[in-house]
Amino acid sequence: MASLMVYGKAYSANVTRVLTTLAEKNVDDYQMVPIDLLTGANKTPEYLKLQPFGQIPAFQDGDFTLYESRAIARYISDKYEGQGTALFGKTVRDKALVNQWLEVESQNYNPCVWKIVFECVFSQMFEGRPTNEAVVKEQLEKLEKILDVYEAQLTHHKYLAGDLFSLADLAHIPVTNNLINVAKKGELFASRKHLNAWWDDISSRPSWQKVVQIMQAEQQEQK
Amino acid sequence: MELEKKMKLYGIASSTCTGRVLLSLFEKEVEDFELWIVNVRKGEGKKPEYLKLQPFGLIPVLEDGDLTLYESRAIIRYIANKYEGQGTVLYGKDIKERAKVDQWLEVEGQNFNSAIRSSLGVVSKPPVDEVQLTESFGKLGKVLDIYEDHLSKTQYLAGDFFSLADLSHMTTGWKLFDKYKQGSILFEGRPHVKAWWENISSRPAFKKLLEMI
Repeated sequence: MASLMVYGKAYSANVTRVLTTLAEKNVDDYQMVPIDLLTGANKTPEYLKLQPFGQIPAFQDGDFTLYESRAIARYISDKYEGQGTALFGKTVRDKALVNQWLEVESQNYNPCVWKIVFECVFSQMFEGRPTNEAVVKEQLEKLEKILDVYEAQLTHHKYLAGDLFSLADLAHIPVTNNLINVAKKGELFASRKHLNAWWDDISSRPSWQKVVQIMQAEQQEQK
Repeated sequence: MELEKKMKLYGIASSTCTGRVLLSLFEKEVEDFELWIVNVRKGEGKKPEYLKLQPFGLIPVLEDGDLTLYESRAIIRYIANKYEGQGTVLYGKDIKERAKVDQWLEVEGQNFNSAIRSSLGVVSKPPVDEVQLTESFGKLGKVLDIYEDHLSKTQYLAGDFFSLADLSHMTTGWKLFDKYKQGSILFEGRPHVKAWWENISSRPAFKKLLEMI
């Protein structure tokens, strides 16, 4: 009986951020508990006890409950420090740079990408209205500038925080998948050589491939 | 030799993000740093020399030897780790406490921050648009209701210990609750949030920051 539980659904980038981290750390012994936003399962009193903001994922390790995907990913990296991929580098300095790019992802990259993906793909489903093209245009302009910074960084380093893959790169994978493969904005990456190479590299990692299979299996189940 | 050892913090004390870092330095009783003023309102963040340090043109940046670090929440984690042995314990005492600190740092960065910045956007531009104020306070209020329930069970956000998680709220919190005097409205019916705010805002490190603003 697994003592690790991940609450959510694999269609959520925040959930797959956690699943990818588990895979990188070679942690297989966990259970997924479906919490589907579309059915309102995230608003039940039982779920709100775990995650009072009604968001997914939530995570349990025995009787220890945690939420916020990036905090969960950090906990997993800490707890399983001795196995799988080292996700925070080796030194205090390495760790600081990983944290820096984790913040860039959560403060700059993700809000911008999410708005584009939401408008292009989910506005009808969740808010019953068509895409607001003005919002998409505005956010794309912002994103182009952000991606130029990433391109410059990746021209000098193989990965964001240096020459080793880290949690900072991993944190970008699910939302970038949404941007490129779901919202079909791949041109933003194709036009930037080093950014594109970085994306090809990190999205071909076995951990993400495993999560893609989980996502596909979940979609099959829904049918 | 002394000068070479000093860390450099680029930013301005009145900025909520620079203030977040200053608070962590004060809590850790770190004195060997210098504040180098970069006033983004005057466009100083866009200067080529600055963009080499922080390519997004934002403040703050911390330079410590050959490490150049940006994003205030990354910098405060670095300070908490580097100065683990001195000053206030800011990251809890074990892996689970640390995880709770990280959780509430994310809540602050994701949920609290966007709601409070919306509200600050409205109150800081008189004449105040009442419709926008009601809407932004509605969103912030929902977040604060969750905090109210949580703080009725623990003294601080990550547990019964002050941490980076509480600290991270203080500069934006001060601006809205104290500087723009919206605390009395927002704390109505939220006695635990009020008590938490009064407690953390009476910390000596915080008073030291306020003297700089």
